[in-house]
Amino acid sequence: MTIILILLASAVRQATPLLLAALGGLYSERSGVINIALEGLMLAGAFTAATVTHYSGNPWVGLAAGIAAGVLVALVHGVACIRFKADQVVSGTAINILFLGVPALLSGALFESTGATPQLPQGQLMPLAPIVLAFVLVPVTWYVLNRTPFGLRLRAVGENPEAADTAGVNVARVRFAAVMLSGALAAIGGAYLSIGQSSLFARNMTAGRGFIALAALIFGKWRPVQTMLACLLFGFAEALSIQMQGVSQIPVQFIQIAPYVLTIVVLAGFIGHSRAPRALGVPYQEKR
Amino acid sequence: MKFLRELLFPLAAVVAAFAVGAVVILAVGDNPFSTYTLLIGSALTWPDGIGYTLFYATPLIFTGLAVAVAFRCGLLNIGAEGQLYIAAFMTAWVGIICAGWPAWLLVPLCFLTALLAGGFWGAVPGVLKARFGAHEVITTIMMNFIAVALASYFTQYHYKPQGDPILETVPIGEGAHIARLGRFIPGFPERIPLNLAFPLALLTCLLVYLFLWRTRWGYQIRATGANPAAALYGGIATGKQIVLAMSISGALAGLVAVNEVLGYRYRYYDGFSAGYGFTGIAVALLGRNHPVGVILASLLFGALLRGGLFVDIFTEHVSKDLVMVLQGIIILFVAAEALFRGISRRRVKNV
Amino acid sequence: MIELREITKRFGDVLANDRVSLAVAPGTIHAIVGENGAGKSTAMRIAYGFYGADSGDIVVEGQARRFESPHDAIALGIGMVHQHFMLVEPMTVAENIVLGIEPGSAVALDLKRAEARIRALSDELGLAVDPARRIEDLSVGQQQRVELLKALYREARLLILDEPTAVLSPQATAEMFAILRRMREQGKTIVIVTHKLSEVLEISDEVTVMRDGRVVGQRRTAETSAAELARLMVGRDVLLRVVKPEAKPQAPVLAVRGLSLTLPDGEKRLDGVSFEVRAGEIVGVAGIEGNGQTELIEALAGLVERGAVSGVIELAGKDVTALSARGRRARGISHVPEDRHRRGLLLDFDLKENSILGADDRPPVAVGPLRFWLNLDAIRRKTEEILKAFDVRPPDPQLPARSLSGGNQQKLILGRELDLQPKLLLVAQPTRGVDIGGIEFIHRRLVELRDAGCALLLVSSELEEVTALADRLLVMRQGRIVGEVDPARTSMEEIGLLMTGGSAAA
Repeated sequence: MTIILILLASAVRQATPLLLAALGGLYSERSGVINIALEGLMLAGAFTAATVTHYSGNPWVGLAAGIAAGVLVALVHGVACIRFKADQVVSGTAINILFLGVPALLSGALFESTGATPQLPQGQLMPLAPIVLAFVLVPVTWYVLNRTPFGLRLRAVGENPEAADTAGVNVARVRFAAVMLSGALAAIGGAYLSIGQSSLFARNMTAGRGFIALAALIFGKWRPVQTMLACLLFGFAEALSIQMQGVSQIPVQFIQIAPYVLTIVVLAGFIGHSRAPRALGVPYQEKR
Repeated sequence: MKFLRELLFPLAAVVAAFAVGAVVILAVGDNPFSTYTLLIGSALTWPDGIGYTLFYATPLIFTGLAVAVAFRCGLLNIGAEGQLYIAAFMTAWVGIICAGWPAWLLVPLCFLTALLAGGFWGAVPGVLKARFGAHEVITTIMMNFIAVALASYFTQYHYKPQGDPILETVPIGEGAHIARLGRFIPGFPERIPLNLAFPLALLTCLLVYLFLWRTRWGYQIRATGANPAAALYGGIATGKQIVLAMSISGALAGLVAVNEVLGYRYRYYDGFSAGYGFTGIAVALLGRNHPVGVILASLLFGALLRGGLFVDIFTEHVSKDLVMVLQGIIILFVAAEALFRGISRRRVKNV
Repeated sequence: MIELREITKRFGDVLANDRVSLAVAPGTIHAIVGENGAGKSTAMRIAYGFYGADSGDIVVEGQARRFESPHDAIALGIGMVHQHFMLVEPMTVAENIVLGIEPGSAVALDLKRAEARIRALSDELGLAVDPARRIEDLSVGQQQRVELLKALYREARLLILDEPTAVLSPQATAEMFAILRRMREQGKTIVIVTHKLSEVLEISDEVTVMRDGRVVGQRRTAETSAAELARLMVGRDVLLRVVKPEAKPQAPVLAVRGLSLTLPDGEKRLDGVSFEVRAGEIVGVAGIEGNGQTELIEALAGLVERGAVSGVIELAGKDVTALSARGRRARGISHVPEDRHRRGLLLDFDLKENSILGADDRPPVAVGPLRFWLNLDAIRRKTEEILKAFDVRPPDPQLPARSLSGGNQQKLILGRELDLQPKLLLVAQPTRGVDIGGIEFIHRRLVELRDAGCALLLVSSELEEVTALADRLLVMRQGRIVGEVDPARTSMEEIGLLMTGGSAAA
């Protein structure tokens, strides 16, 4: 019985960064902007949060800095895609590549390390707040999307930006807001990894979570509650694999690849694009 | 004339990226001018600078072609990294299993293995996309993780020399070795790993060009990428083209194994790739998805990789990750300007 | 009520509006007519603030105004109903109407209030629209009324309607006109942009004619005639009917029996369609867009992507139902698609590579084992031949297809398809977006093709075109063939009745 509880608790912990990133991706994609950069955004948030917490001694300051970093990087993606109509997938990939390199570069300069930040003492971590935030955001997101003017405009912009434009909605502004929001949330997800779940930032510590979050979003049909369930599923798979690593004879590599194989199975078994926001991935050219 | 115009925008992107990079260098506390001088200078010396630049450019030509071919079919192949790892491991495996075989048999066999292994690893996401609509960006990235894990597992548990702390396999048979270019060029030492894979890469560029523009299959791939609805109308089976393009893409990425395993380390070495698969994306974009562009962009990034090592050692704060950062910025700029240019050309007449 | 003075607007190289000046009197229904591409929609979008004019003034009720966006126009009481609906399908009517001016606060949307007001407006004019329904569940006619409500909700006093009857049956059009008259009685001013002269004469009080971006005439409707308006629209006396010799049909080439297309959700887009097309005849298909014509052509061409096709398709006696698109092309079916940008062309490729689309697997284009290699010389020669024979301008094979005008693109496609010497030619909307000279050329070639022994199936939403060209006319409604008539002996009204089943609302 206790095993089950341990597994569930672990599943929730593993699901948290996925859920935060996936919710961030939800805002962005419902507004029509593909956000492949969730991975890079998480890394940006993780690195900044760990570094600033180290210097300030306060994880909340670190978190705030992490959020700021996420918003800034998302802004770059936004400018490339919304203002310059860049291919959204390519732009997102560029950001991911950038954040394979930037944290290492900066940590080398600041800490003389090859990518890791110094370990933080227990007192400077925040293991619980992000978890609560992630799950509270699920009903909040539902409410924002369906019961507020911002949500209405966001959905309209993602389905038929021309209709929104003729109704007087500033498509670019809505999309920028959505993308920056996704940057903030993904960054919190990343920050949880570095100053919540562990106590430092390690090179590429997200290990593909940003993409798994995207898969969860697709699996969850871009709706908050279903996305949460999908993240819990993935979180459970990861929790299971962690538990098994210590005890079973199976080589560690096979257990490690379980979440990735699951992602592929999910994507293959589920045809998500029929429910995607209709204008997803299409840059909007203002007519005026 | 059109060629020069096509050159202008990528050049602008590179210059802009270097400008941003200069800011980053300043931010970490070094001198951009001296850093860049070191970066470019160390790539142009003879014989080491040029030799290593070309050596690093070789895998980039392969991955650049891989990504370019996929792009031509409208697909973004982020999986070149995984494809080249699987191909490298399988190639080494064949070289180990058939260690005693003569060169005229073993080299072609290894070469074929590289193509097939990479091709298979690319075909899987291709099939998933064609049949299930699974987005190839996510599936290829997942395949990357799986490939690295599988190769690592087999190396660690089955093919590692006893007591060896490094994660690498036993050496491949002598018959599988391919010659270093130092053997053919006077004054060029054989210690530089530049090998026959480099001329192979150039030949492959020519073959890819002929394939894409002079054959029916190439036309069909390009048509599918340009306008799938029109391709269907013209009787092209777009699903098959997607699988074909991804397979060819994977096979091209797999050829990195020839350079790495048959021409340099003569074994599979865990983590050997300096991000060749991801850099291939930058190469393809910068090179406009055209074989000639790929060669030029590969030379640039090969030089950056070479120079990056020197920068890493000889500067106070900047590490070789600077190269990755420059890459990301270049991709960003290229992506932004490609569409920007396209829009200014097209004027929608709205009546 | 509103006046445009010397409005000029350029899009790139194209001068869409050239010193356009017109005046709309308050409380009237004013029609703006012109051909496709005359500049009518552009001028009205400027009046609505959707585009900014390069120069010129807009005067509303005596005061010169500057519109930065539709917001400003809406604030002055100007509303616009677009030709292509600007509706968000998965959202409800109410959500669509309040988009941009949402009632309630930033944290709580008050849809109830909006729904009540919408219901009231709807009842006032007899529109019968339920604000809680989703757009994707409404018919085309109902969707258009939602667009109307959008403008009325914002208290529009001047309504601009862009091609309002393009998707309506004759009966629904009559209802729409009744609604417009009621609005005029309420004191509203209405501007209709259209290219249908019959409607202009029926509903409007005044009419402005535009051609090639300029205003070429303004009349009181009661004082002019169809012939005069047509002449102004085109610039010369228009032949309103294609002259064609008597058809000499021979053996059947295409036989269709019980053709049905069922979508995954159970909807039947084609329902038991059966007919024949013989060599040497043109069979036309008339019907309001969206009643299965598109699906019919796609099913015959082998291009259905969603849904299950059942029934039998026979070409020259052989069953081709199971053949792929490529297989059908090999047997002699060619296809001029209704959406040339989407289906018919590779816009960024040059004319050479476009001329082999659909023909890339046969000699002399493809040579060698497995027809692997492309013979570039043969391709260039073929392209040059097609460009010359079909008067495509400019005749440069190196140009990207994107750079050709609509009419030239269509001629290229026609040339390419005819070059294959088909037994059966499927043609959909052959002259959409094509200038008058191009239209005449294409019509002539289609008739020539018929006389050379080809079988043609022609779908067109332009009733004049399909009745003029077809030897036999099939009428489709809701995926079925509801009638076959001789177009030379049947009136437009009868055809219209068949198109709508004689029932009331669309």
